[in-house]
Amino acid sequence: MADSDTTLAIHEPGLRHHFDDSAQQLDSSTLGMWVFLVTEVMFFGGMFGAYTVYRNMYPDAFASTSHFMNVTIGAINTGVLIFSSFTMVLAVRSAQLGQKKAIIAFLVLTLILGCVFLTLKYVEYHEKWVDHHIPGPSFQYQDPRYVHQAQILFFLYFAMTGMHAIHMIVGAGLLTTLIVMASRNRFSSAWYTPVEMIGLYWHFVDIVWIFLFPLLYLIGHTQ
Amino acid sequence: MSTTLPFAQTETRPNYLNVDYGWKSWLFTTDHKRIALLYLFSITAFFFVGGAFAVGMRLNLLTPEGLFAHDTYNKLFTMHGIIMVFFFLVPSIPATLGNFLVPIMIGARDLAFPRINLLSWYLYIIGGVIALTAVVQGGVDTGWTFYAPFSSTYSNTHVILTAIGVFVSGFSSILTGLNFIVTIHTMRAPGMTWNRLPLFVWGHYATSLIQVLGTPVIAITLVLLGLERILHAGIFDPAVGGDPVLFQHLFWFYSHPAVYIMILPGMAVISEIVTCFSRKGIFGYTFVAISSIAIAVLGFLVWGHHLFVAGQSMYASMVFSFLSFLVAIPSAIKVFNWTATMYKGSVSYETPMLYVFGFIGLFTIGGLTGLFLATMAIDVHVTDTYFVIAHFHYVMVGGMVMAYLGGIHFWFPKISGRMYPEGWAKFAALVVFVGFNLTFFPQFILGYQGMPRRYAHYPPEFQVLNVMSTAGASILAVGYLIPMIYLAWAWRKGPKAPQNPWNAKGLEWEQSPTPPPTFNFEHQPVVTEPAYNYSGEEQEVKLG
Repeated sequence: MADSDTTLAIHEPGLRHHFDDSAQQLDSSTLGMWVFLVTEVMFFGGMFGAYTVYRNMYPDAFASTSHFMNVTIGAINTGVLIFSSFTMVLAVRSAQLGQKKAIIAFLVLTLILGCVFLTLKYVEYHEKWVDHHIPGPSFQYQDPRYVHQAQILFFLYFAMTGMHAIHMIVGAGLLTTLIVMASRNRFSSAWYTPVEMIGLYWHFVDIVWIFLFPLLYLIGHTQ
Repeated sequence: MSTTLPFAQTETRPNYLNVDYGWKSWLFTTDHKRIALLYLFSITAFFFVGGAFAVGMRLNLLTPEGLFAHDTYNKLFTMHGIIMVFFFLVPSIPATLGNFLVPIMIGARDLAFPRINLLSWYLYIIGGVIALTAVVQGGVDTGWTFYAPFSSTYSNTHVILTAIGVFVSGFSSILTGLNFIVTIHTMRAPGMTWNRLPLFVWGHYATSLIQVLGTPVIAITLVLLGLERILHAGIFDPAVGGDPVLFQHLFWFYSHPAVYIMILPGMAVISEIVTCFSRKGIFGYTFVAISSIAIAVLGFLVWGHHLFVAGQSMYASMVFSFLSFLVAIPSAIKVFNWTATMYKGSVSYETPMLYVFGFIGLFTIGGLTGLFLATMAIDVHVTDTYFVIAHFHYVMVGGMVMAYLGGIHFWFPKISGRMYPEGWAKFAALVVFVGFNLTFFPQFILGYQGMPRRYAHYPPEFQVLNVMSTAGASILAVGYLIPMIYLAWAWRKGPKAPQNPWNAKGLEWEQSPTPPPTFNFEHQPVVTEPAYNYSGEEQEVKLG
């Protein structure tokens, strides 16, 4: 059995011993990644559920908080993330075509955009710190009617964007790993599964932000 | 014997146990069978830790005035619940028997992601060590349900540390479920179609769906709880506009389906054993298979029956009550079909089958009393009484632990390559059955008479039933210790097992050597018949 595995491995790069062939392995990896993303949907879903409950309970307080969100930075970050999804797709495309330099270039670009997002996020968090909008003992709110309710919104804001930011940081780590792997010629047009899978993850994290931005930043701006 | 003579190759065929003996070959293994054994030993350890807390509780309840201070008793029942639920029941069958058998039963060489499988064991151990650290540092007293705002604001115990332990071990559960789903979808052997899958695999597929969909929600709930405990922002605190019922909704959105994580694998084991020792195909294969999926789906729609007295809207409660009754249908289908499988089968009484009888009877009682609790008016009367305790212990201990022990005995020859002593095993099964009923049946009566759960003291008129319960618990403890002793003995000294000691059907018995080699099969298995094809000569012998 060991012998046949080695011969197979020559023809099918990246094939692990317990799979019959590359097609089966790719099926498994793809399904595994999608199931993982389902667990991520449920993970964020708990917070979106809590958000929905409290927004129904305190619609006016929640609307008032969005005037203290930095919509400009939020909008720029939305654009940055959408563009990073585009560069991620181009990285996967380059991997399909086996273009090593293009893979590295697009992955580096995606990584840079991710870092831009995180930097801007840091600027926003710092503003919240200065404005005493961090939930906890030092929390202050300008509208005395809504102090407690607004604190709940800011709690959810930090929990949701914080979890999103942690996922971005993990994503940046994964992108770095991919760049190292690509520079060591690990990928070819026959096997580039990690690029594709981490691409799926990156898109998922972007989509979460697409929901977070209007829910947290824009709700009060229609009034 | 053979292990001491490495060159006696006529006797020793290479298998997953003798392929390597170094500690590295265990701690860094990616073989699903070895990981199953790592889980088996660690889960057994946690079972006895959780059991030790139960011993403390039963000792305390021996007398109305109690043995321990209230705070100590609160910690005892909390740690008993947390250890038993998160570190024994949830991983029990899936991570041990499931890990060992799912790949072999579908004719695969390993799970789809062997390294993730090993990672899941490490996460389990890390989570367990964190939780045990919290125990050593003084424990936690919130109840295993972590209800806010007590847990987030008022408790002075190690809530966050325990929550981190549960959080980490949750990812072990998610990864096991993910691995099973992918493996069952993509790694089946030629001829192993979905309607030929053993019911063990169907049960684990349904379990995995719940693990994957439910566990992330408890994870984020515990994160929010921990943040609230640090920041006191009030998200679950009604004093500052938070909603404690929201915590209960989020908690039970996982923890009710988790009840089915704990029972579906037990049902999966029972389906395998009952056909083997009835020498008859399962009655209504499709119904038993689909009922597992139905339980998994319906299980997500009933969490609100834990909130009947928590201030939930009456109309929501009515819907949740109705949906809870619906879960009884697929559960009953299983019980009826197991019984129908035995009907006119040639039933024999080996130890695993004794556990099946125990399971069917006790699960039926546990399930039917669940319907009492789904009825809103009765639930108001028995909420937070020993009736609830007795109900879920009939399902979890009478059901799941019976199935676990039955499964361990049934597949012990496959796992260890040795036979266990049948006489001792039957005796232990009987002791477990007697001890269990003596422990928990009095609790139904206590609960109906109004004894509340989670109280360290009780009025003197409840003492007789409590003494009976404590006496039963000591018998039950003996019943759990006996198998530990003879199984450990049999692992070294038991007679060698043939490949298929029960003449059972299924790839793991018919086509995989005992114990299996590292890649499970010597030749690519091919499936040419439906599951449990016991008909033919067996049926003729029987029907005469």
